[in-house]
Amino acid sequence: MTEFALILLSAVLVNNYVLTKFLGICPFLGVSGKVETAIGMSFAVMFVMTLASTASWLIQQLILVPLDMVYMQTVFFILIIAGLVQFVEMVMHKTSPVLYQGLGIFLPLITTNCAVLGVAILNVQQDYSFFASVLYGFGAAVGFAIVLVLFSGLRERIEGAPIPEVFKGSPITLITAGMMALAFMGFAGLVKV
Amino acid sequence: MHILLSLSVFSGFALLVGIGLAFASRYFHVEGDPLADKIDALLPQTQCGQCGYPGCRPYANAVAALEVDVNHCVPGGERTMLQIADMMGVEPKAIEAEETAPVVAFIREDECIGCTLCIKACPVDCIIGAPKQYHTIITDHCTGCTLCLEPCPVDCIDMLEVPETLEKWAWPVPGTERAKVGVERKHQHEGIDV
Amino acid sequence: MFNLLHTIKHALHLTPQSHAFRGGVHLSEFKRTATKASEQCPMPRVLMYPVKQHIGQACEPLVKVGDRVLRGQKIGKSQGYVSVPIHASTSGIVTKIENHIIPHPSGMGLPTIFVEPDGLDEVDESLIPLPNYRSLSPVELRERVRIAGIAGLGGAVFPTFIKLLKDKLHSIETVILNGIECEPWLTNDHQLMLEKSHQIITGLDIVMHMVGAQSAIVAIEDNTMDAAFVMQNAVEDMKLSQVIKVEVLPTIYPQGGEKQLIQALTGKEVPAGRLPIHIGVLSTNVGTAKAIHDAVCLGEAMTERLVTVSGDALPSPKNMFVRFGTPVCFVLEQCGLDSCDDVNIIHGGPMMGEILRPTDIPVVKASNGLLAMKKATVMASHHEEEPCIRCGDCSDACPAGLMPNLLAMHCKEEQFERAENYQLFDCIECGACSYVCPSHIPLVHYFRFGKGQVAKIRREKVFAEESRQRSESRDLRLRKEQEEKEEKRRIAQEKKEARAAALAAQAAAATDVADEALTETVSEKPAPTPKAES
Repeated sequence: MTEFALILLSAVLVNNYVLTKFLGICPFLGVSGKVETAIGMSFAVMFVMTLASTASWLIQQLILVPLDMVYMQTVFFILIIAGLVQFVEMVMHKTSPVLYQGLGIFLPLITTNCAVLGVAILNVQQDYSFFASVLYGFGAAVGFAIVLVLFSGLRERIEGAPIPEVFKGSPITLITAGMMALAFMGFAGLVKV
Repeated sequence: MHILLSLSVFSGFALLVGIGLAFASRYFHVEGDPLADKIDALLPQTQCGQCGYPGCRPYANAVAALEVDVNHCVPGGERTMLQIADMMGVEPKAIEAEETAPVVAFIREDECIGCTLCIKACPVDCIIGAPKQYHTIITDHCTGCTLCLEPCPVDCIDMLEVPETLEKWAWPVPGTERAKVGVERKHQHEGIDV
Repeated sequence: MFNLLHTIKHALHLTPQSHAFRGGVHLSEFKRTATKASEQCPMPRVLMYPVKQHIGQACEPLVKVGDRVLRGQKIGKSQGYVSVPIHASTSGIVTKIENHIIPHPSGMGLPTIFVEPDGLDEVDESLIPLPNYRSLSPVELRERVRIAGIAGLGGAVFPTFIKLLKDKLHSIETVILNGIECEPWLTNDHQLMLEKSHQIITGLDIVMHMVGAQSAIVAIEDNTMDAAFVMQNAVEDMKLSQVIKVEVLPTIYPQGGEKQLIQALTGKEVPAGRLPIHIGVLSTNVGTAKAIHDAVCLGEAMTERLVTVSGDALPSPKNMFVRFGTPVCFVLEQCGLDSCDDVNIIHGGPMMGEILRPTDIPVVKASNGLLAMKKATVMASHHEEEPCIRCGDCSDACPAGLMPNLLAMHCKEEQFERAENYQLFDCIECGACSYVCPSHIPLVHYFRFGKGQVAKIRREKVFAEESRQRSESRDLRLRKEQEEKEEKRRIAQEKKEARAAALAAQAAAATDVADEALTETVSEKPAPTPKAES
């Protein structure tokens, strides 16, 4: 049980995908302009990441390893992620057209989101059990969601702040992201094993 | 031999995913364009045609289909443009026409000849009258679209500015220097030249 | 998170935890008129009655130029539900009805009835006194309160009868009598309690009877202890001490706010967007209670109120009973003000009131105070706005638990949706945030601006929706007309074709018979050839 708790905590805070591993920076900067869009993106990524890590474990253990085709790993994983993203896109178009429009290009780009593929591959590399890999995928997604929503909140406030001319726009966004990453480094010594 | 096996396994798997998605797309099929509804709800519904489309709904459809820019709604003004741009996730663009004070049409009744041409032109049915009778405008429903000016053969319709009433009065923005800076900054954020 | 901060602060005694609602500020009192007995303001040469002196719809004038009116006579008929009639405050002749400026920040006017007093002060006695109010039904009493033109005298001037509804869904357990005068300078409620305690308690008893409340609390701040004693005595005199309690609260601004007072007394918070009635509480101002007493027991319509006339520019500040319609400048003259040149006149209290530019504005139902302040004093307290330093003092002071700095930022940048998300409409505009702000940001002004803009946007939305429906029904109508026209044309076309076919058949039959004589007759009557489509 402790192991599962540690996996979750590590994925959410200590080894945060965005701010510690620097994966998935593209949507992190792209859709953090508004809190609402960020929340929508978070849920989409959460859904895709959890299912992708589940499916990738199944494919790895049930197809690739028995058939000795581990070299096909990346292709298979991308296929399953692409399928999931397509599915999420359809659901979102149906249920929330405004969010669909707001996410724009970033929604299909989840397919090539290195965080999603990264979760699938790291799962396999670390030889997690089925439950542990699902948990790891979910934890990583929660970590992504927390950071994305926090960052979008910060950006909303920055919008109204008196920023020097040269820092306006992307520079202040990157500086803020950097400072957030520094803050997240503080979680490094959170758990002593 | 092994390469054939892996290829066939992969193709079979891809086929499965494809079939799954095909069923999903049928189940989650979207009727009409829900985005056009949302845009239509933002428009001021003056039906004035200044955007080049014969009404607000057609313009909303065109914007939703990305056929036209978001900055063609003149009576909606900057606020509507920004809301649409925000919803569409596109860059805002300044409106070319100048913003004017809200107006309503008024018929000088003693000059009206009762030709009913303006009644046919009014997009919101707010002109009352009958052939050879004076016409008049229900001011509360007039959107100020000016479409009735053109057909009037005797030019007896004026556009009058809507008088400010106590009910509609709102506090102005505080007159301090900082307040002005705030508005300027807002425009800069949105990339609009003031 | 914020509550945690508050808890820590309270644990360290950084802010006094002496009151039960959030925030609040301690203000200097400047109550110059606190010990002055009330006086009656003399009769001015002309009285002005704007057709709207309450929140809601305006009244329609019932009198014409040249009519003679009596004191207490209804001269404005209420329109719609949220409205109360207006009455003449003395007998005299209507001289004109025209637009005139009212006490309002816009400086705009309303149709106003001008009456020239004849000095007789004859009273209209159409309202019969109902001293045995306990035997009357709440419905009857409610109608009396409405007819007497009573609107809340605390400052919001909301028609009182609307609140006094015995509702099966929301039963009222407690009535709170608001005797808290938290604005600096003002002393009219305090004085009224000292002088008219029995009438006020009777008014409270009428209200309790009307809404079926079991208990009542008279709330008084500890800077007006004498009023608390007087009220307690009145309660005991009337043998109501079983149901009416007098409670003394520590002084803090804005404790007189309805929601703040309810929270301080009952510990219950009125939820956002709801009314006190939803938590079983009704609150009424002492002035309103007295007006209810006068309307029910004496049969008097509301024609005057106690006004604090004060300010540092006045040689002799007073508490005065002023008839509605009396010009502000006339009232100030009675207190020794010679000229209005170097003076700013504030209508209401200094925290929530507005500066009036012209001075021939009438005293209305909302006028609880008239303050003549030296221009120099006002200028000295005026500073240019500086950048927000995020000290958070405004959040600590806000009695509604809002974050004024962020709200103001969003209002300033015209991001009204975000401002609404930060609960802009829970702001009671008490001014505590502006008062504590070290950067002198006019926070309340920003909120008023934001609220106005949001209201405007909402109005435009409603209008757009109406226009959309009108336009759609027009399109539908046009399409129907078009279809009908086409249908008619099609039928006509078919008929024509049928007729033509019949004729052709006839002609063919005729030629078959091949009788020359017949063809002659046919040529006499040429067959109508099918016309080209008209």
